[in-house]
Amino acid sequence: MRLRSAALLTWPALALCALVVLPTLLLIRISLAPPDPDGLWSSGVVFEAYRDLAEPAWLATLAYSLCMAVLVAAIGLGLGFPLTLMITRMRRSHQVTWLVLLLATLTLSDVLIAFSWQVMLSKRIGLSRMLVWLGLMPQVDSLTPGAGAVIVSMVYLVLPFTMLTLYPSLSAMPTEQLEAARLLGASPRIVLRTVIIPLNRAAALTAFAVSALLALGTYVCPLVLGRPQNWTMAVMIGNAALAGHNVPRAAAMSIALVAATLGVCGAVFVGARRRWH
Amino acid sequence: MNVGLQLQGLQKSYDGQPIVNDTTLTVRQGEFLCFLGPSGCGKTTLLRLIAGLEAPTGGRILLNGRDLTDTPAHERNFAMVFQALALFPFLTVEDNISYALRLRRVSRRDRLARVRELLALIKLPDIGARRIDQLSGGQRQRVAIARALAQEPVLFLLDEPFSALDAKLREQMQLELLMLQKKLEITTILVTHDQREAMSLADSIVVLANGRVQQIGAPSEIYRRPANRFVAGFVGQNNLLEGRIVDAEHIEVCGTVIRAAAASEPWTPRAAVTLCVRPEDVRVNPDDPKNASLLHGHIRLVRDLGDRIELKIDCGGLELLSSLTPADWSLIPDRDAVRVQIAPGAGKILTC
Repeated sequence: MRLRSAALLTWPALALCALVVLPTLLLIRISLAPPDPDGLWSSGVVFEAYRDLAEPAWLATLAYSLCMAVLVAAIGLGLGFPLTLMITRMRRSHQVTWLVLLLATLTLSDVLIAFSWQVMLSKRIGLSRMLVWLGLMPQVDSLTPGAGAVIVSMVYLVLPFTMLTLYPSLSAMPTEQLEAARLLGASPRIVLRTVIIPLNRAAALTAFAVSALLALGTYVCPLVLGRPQNWTMAVMIGNAALAGHNVPRAAAMSIALVAATLGVCGAVFVGARRRWH
Repeated sequence: MNVGLQLQGLQKSYDGQPIVNDTTLTVRQGEFLCFLGPSGCGKTTLLRLIAGLEAPTGGRILLNGRDLTDTPAHERNFAMVFQALALFPFLTVEDNISYALRLRRVSRRDRLARVRELLALIKLPDIGARRIDQLSGGQRQRVAIARALAQEPVLFLLDEPFSALDAKLREQMQLELLMLQKKLEITTILVTHDQREAMSLADSIVVLANGRVQQIGAPSEIYRRPANRFVAGFVGQNNLLEGRIVDAEHIEVCGTVIRAAAASEPWTPRAAVTLCVRPEDVRVNPDDPKNASLLHGHIRLVRDLGDRIELKIDCGGLELLSSLTPADWSLIPDRDAVRVQIAPGAGKILTC
């Protein structure tokens, strides 16, 4: 029996090794190699790429990327939570329609999304005109490039993931607890704050982590919709590898990004384990 | 005038299908009322209408004369214990109980004092810091009751709260609830499909079927004088004997004239009616062997229930259920040939 279990686990173990462990080891190896402008990397072991990571400009980009990811995940959760809650309160057939629409947005490529937002945020097309009409802008102007455009496009990108992560938890939420809270004197707003959110805390944290990680790795949106100062780590890695031909440096930056990603995951994990007060 | 809760022509329909039909009743201040009925009879919907968790499609709900029909649930100050208890798993026992007090901005000191008082009331003074998943079924039940009582509600609603408990714990919890209700004198409505639970707890029982009130009365009245065949069949065990009316107090069943309690409904001679006779009113081998209303039969089945013996007696095609004490049972020598008498005046004539 034990032998059979071990045999069954062999394939996943091999797949994990081939798809995660080996590429990571290769990435670490490349990051420690001397750069070779004519090829990918040279033989030997140097720590030059890691020394470059201590530069203030690079650290600022990492900090900016993390802040951007957290902000995008927070906005995504802030929008996605009530929207998903609203969908779960609809009739089953309407819920299915919304879920299909959400899944359909996942078929769009990052490039298409980024250029679509570039058009929508341009001076000639409606969005800025609408903001002027609402009195939120003094005159029609282009909203891209800029941090706002990057954030909007990244929120659009992560929102389906946030909602699809929240949906199972919110749709399975027992209604008796919400009704009990109402009878104990809680208004619908207080029920949301004191019962619905705590009941779905694990799903919300997971959705936050998924969104933040997706945002950390986003490449096209900051590149197309942002100014150089809005470029995130993913763009910097791309620039180092493609424009700078410094693959070891790009590899070291990738490892730093993976470390930052693990940091976000760790923070969410610690948050999930803490008791709610 | 303090008149308690009044339901006036209350109705609820889903997709045109009536679930609660024109329900009118009054619950007196401090009364313990039970909604009793089979699954799907509308008793939980009626409770939810009272709680404000459902909006009625017609009728009014009044509390002490004030119309609450359109008042949101969170402004009614009613408390409810749900079938699934609905305790908050992310809060401790203490935080669960003080939830309503926090919403009312009661000071921390007063909150703690109230929680201590309620934990003492439910006889669990030391569990305040525990999580809900660390409690047994009975403890959760008590905590749910304490949480509901913390806000000092004007109406206490319970939706089959004991259905998930084992028989012994259920009985213990019923007793505790009854003592608590009498002590606090709080107007209480319990929904149950368990007639024994309703009989043992309620001051009054409302029997429901198909969304309609079938009878309202004290447990003994519901049991002894059922209003119709449904109530007679649903509440307690029964012999429902088809016969014809002889006069206001007599009915002929299988050629034997039996004296029953006077018919309360209008009747016509020789009309087909049902005589409702409780098993304890079916006497076996009574003292008067020459009585004209005796039936002769033989015992087909004996069920020993410990405190009583249940018999199925075949009286020439008429099957009767009788309930005897073990002492009476021991006095019956020949179980193949018995004389059976329906206690004079005990049966209730049902015309509907």
